[in-house]
Amino acid sequence: MKRKSVKFFEQFLGFGFLRLCMLLIILILVIIFYDIVSKSWGVITWEFLTQPPRNGMTEGGILPAIVGTIFVTIITAIFSIPLGMGCAIYLNEYAKKSHLTRLIRISIRNLSGVPSIVYGLFGVALFVEALHFGTCLLSAGLTLGLMTLPWTITASEEALKGVPLSYREGSLALGATQWQSIKTNVLPYAIPGMLTGTILGLARAAGETAPILFTGAAFALPGLPKSLFDQFMAMPYHLYIMSTQHHAITKVRPIAYGTALVLVGVVFLMNLSAILLRYYLRKARQE
Amino acid sequence: MKKISIVLGIFIMLVLSNVSYAANVLQVKGSDTLINMVQKLAEEYMKANPDKLVSVTGGGSGTGIAALINKKCDIANASRLMKGKEIELATSRQASPVRIVLALDSLSIIVNPGNGIESLTVDQVGKIYKGEIKNWKEVGGNDMPISLYGRQSNSGTYDFMIEDVMKGDYSPSMKQMNGNAQIVEGIKADPSAVGYVGVGYARNAQGIKVLKIANKAGATAYSPLDTANVKNGNYPITRPLNQYVEGSLTGAAKDFVAFELSAEGQRIVEEEGFFEISQEYQDFNKNAGM
Amino acid sequence: MSRFKEKFIRNLFLINGLVVIFILGGIFLLLILNALPTFKDVSWKEFLVGTSWNPSSDYHPAYGIVSMVVSTFMVTIGSLVIAVPVGIGTAAYLSDVAHPKVREIAKPVVEILAGIPSVVIGFLGIVMVGPFIAKMTGTYSGLNALNGSVLLAIMALPTIVSLSEDALANVPKSFQEASLALGASHWQTLLKVKLQAASSGIIAACMLGMGRAIGETMTVLMATGNAPAFPSGFLNSVRPMTSTIAIELGEVPYYTTHYHALFAIGLVLFLITFIVNLIADIALNRYEKKIR
Repeated sequence: MKRKSVKFFEQFLGFGFLRLCMLLIILILVIIFYDIVSKSWGVITWEFLTQPPRNGMTEGGILPAIVGTIFVTIITAIFSIPLGMGCAIYLNEYAKKSHLTRLIRISIRNLSGVPSIVYGLFGVALFVEALHFGTCLLSAGLTLGLMTLPWTITASEEALKGVPLSYREGSLALGATQWQSIKTNVLPYAIPGMLTGTILGLARAAGETAPILFTGAAFALPGLPKSLFDQFMAMPYHLYIMSTQHHAITKVRPIAYGTALVLVGVVFLMNLSAILLRYYLRKARQE
Repeated sequence: MKKISIVLGIFIMLVLSNVSYAANVLQVKGSDTLINMVQKLAEEYMKANPDKLVSVTGGGSGTGIAALINKKCDIANASRLMKGKEIELATSRQASPVRIVLALDSLSIIVNPGNGIESLTVDQVGKIYKGEIKNWKEVGGNDMPISLYGRQSNSGTYDFMIEDVMKGDYSPSMKQMNGNAQIVEGIKADPSAVGYVGVGYARNAQGIKVLKIANKAGATAYSPLDTANVKNGNYPITRPLNQYVEGSLTGAAKDFVAFELSAEGQRIVEEEGFFEISQEYQDFNKNAGM
Repeated sequence: MSRFKEKFIRNLFLINGLVVIFILGGIFLLLILNALPTFKDVSWKEFLVGTSWNPSSDYHPAYGIVSMVVSTFMVTIGSLVIAVPVGIGTAAYLSDVAHPKVREIAKPVVEILAGIPSVVIGFLGIVMVGPFIAKMTGTYSGLNALNGSVLLAIMALPTIVSLSEDALANVPKSFQEASLALGASHWQTLLKVKLQAASSGIIAACMLGMGRAIGETMTVLMATGNAPAFPSGFLNSVRPMTSTIAIELGEVPYYTTHYHALFAIGLVLFLITFIVNLIADIALNRYEKKIR
């Protein structure tokens, strides 16, 4: 047994190291935000957010990229939300422990680990080529939807698990069928969690570049997409091109920073709204 | 929740699935060397013709040509010629590209301003990029290992260097940059660097030095910025900048190309740092149908 | 009537659940279907053992993936060297040192780091981290494997922290109380009891972080210099598998050997991440058994 003083000294050092680790992460965050905010401060104006680019992308704003990102995220949502929630409902409410269920869960976990560029390859092979959609909002949205699916399923399942068994049992005891029980006694309580998880997943999809690289994103389009089969501009792709392929990299660096800030801002806002939504819905339910 | 998403979905599709917009836009894709110039041309063209829409994107000559073969664009900007197998592929897909020449480029070899070298021969440039010459002192400079910057395989300039300057493959330690501008950025920060860019990028860039190039050892070395010596062929690394147009030259594509080849268009070409086409290429274009 | 409706709804959800398996299987299948035609023109041996990748060369077309696989593992392992100690350390801080109120704030803060898009991290790699590394190491260009490792560490950290913290927090209180009762300090308890108990869960966390690093595309594409050579050091530019696909997919005419070869790389990537995830799965299972 060590002497007390040695033990405490060890703990002092040990915990000190742990505190340093935490501080390192905070430092990283602070540096990242400081760099982005300070170098894009003058760039973010109302014009930047509402005007299209001019003069070979060296002036003007990024409106088409913002709109494009919003459009493709909506399509992602339409595709992944019903499928994701449905799968979660099956897994949590209906499925019994079996090899099939185990297989489904392994599939979900593996899908969440598939690299984003492989989703991009899949999107090109299936949506762009085999189904002949071409490079467009639909192909990109579906590809992103597939990528977001594991996330939506996991988050929805967590939400469903959070509803106490007694809610279901009570309803069943009163003679309701399983679906009726789910519809009235489980879903309303799980919805806040499901929504939160979904919005968090969509926030991630909004920031992704690799899946949309070859399935629909474009750099300089003369207008906004007017149909599902049009190409679109998107903020992550815009940032990528602005910082590596543009013909006047130094000149547009501030615009690149501005795009980074808006992108991070949008993702951050989505995350925030998801968490706030869960908080308020939970509060409302408690009253 | 599901009901809401279904309703939202239908609503969105109604809003979005209108007349397909893409059909009215002339899609121009490809070379990073040309993009600056062609974007400016497109902007001026659209100002003069408000009912016309042109979209210009980059990605490299290879990307543009692939898009043409895959029938995903109308015009491919190419800083090199289409390869034999590309032409075969195009024909097998019922695409029939017509080549026109838009401008002239004197490919510029650039180094960091701190580098003592002022000129190189074509042969030396080739050996440097093949990795056979590894240190600046071998060509009369300081004792520093040479840091290679170049493009990626989707670039026409990448191919042009292989065909015309190196006649062999690149050293695998060359850093493959995403575009001309990234090469310039790299050179600015790296005292031991060498890179190649289209003259439009070299002319207006600050913080880099443009080397003079000699045809062979002992001959006079000329600068790519020297208009007279480029136009009379003294500068050894010159190339035509091309556009491959899908199908016979008709309609929207022909109209835009006509603007590019007009006096106004060629003035913009020179403004962007490149050179207007010579008489030889003007005749070539006429034969192609312009 | 109602029973029929119930069964119908149940089957609807069942199909929904099966869809997931089909998607995973579909991706695998499509990858294989598009990758196999490569091997009409390229020998398996060259693909798996060749170090030179140059499919579009007119002189020596080469289809060897060794260099890019090594590059991938280089940046991945480099990132784990940073992310695993810092990640586990932070997780331990959150679960054992921090006041509950501090933890309330700190956990979301780590999540914010997770939310930063990969393209933004890559961008910062070009404009801030790369030049910093260049200055620190005395080299001229910061676009190299070290840059990639640092950035990937930033991306893998939140995953490792989150899951490790979960693993540590779920160790039954009884383990901790018994250790303290025997006279051990909190630190000793953490080190010798909790970490051991949570070890499988922590391994799972690190595996998932590793999977994230292996599969990351934009960050390495923008920040590692993209030199296809066999890497000879961390201060060299490298080109991992993901970058190669991202660079070349845009310029390849569809259905050529080169096109199919890119799918072959994708297949290799898919298999590697599949294996990594499988290991994580097994580790997680072991963890759950241990805690019960």
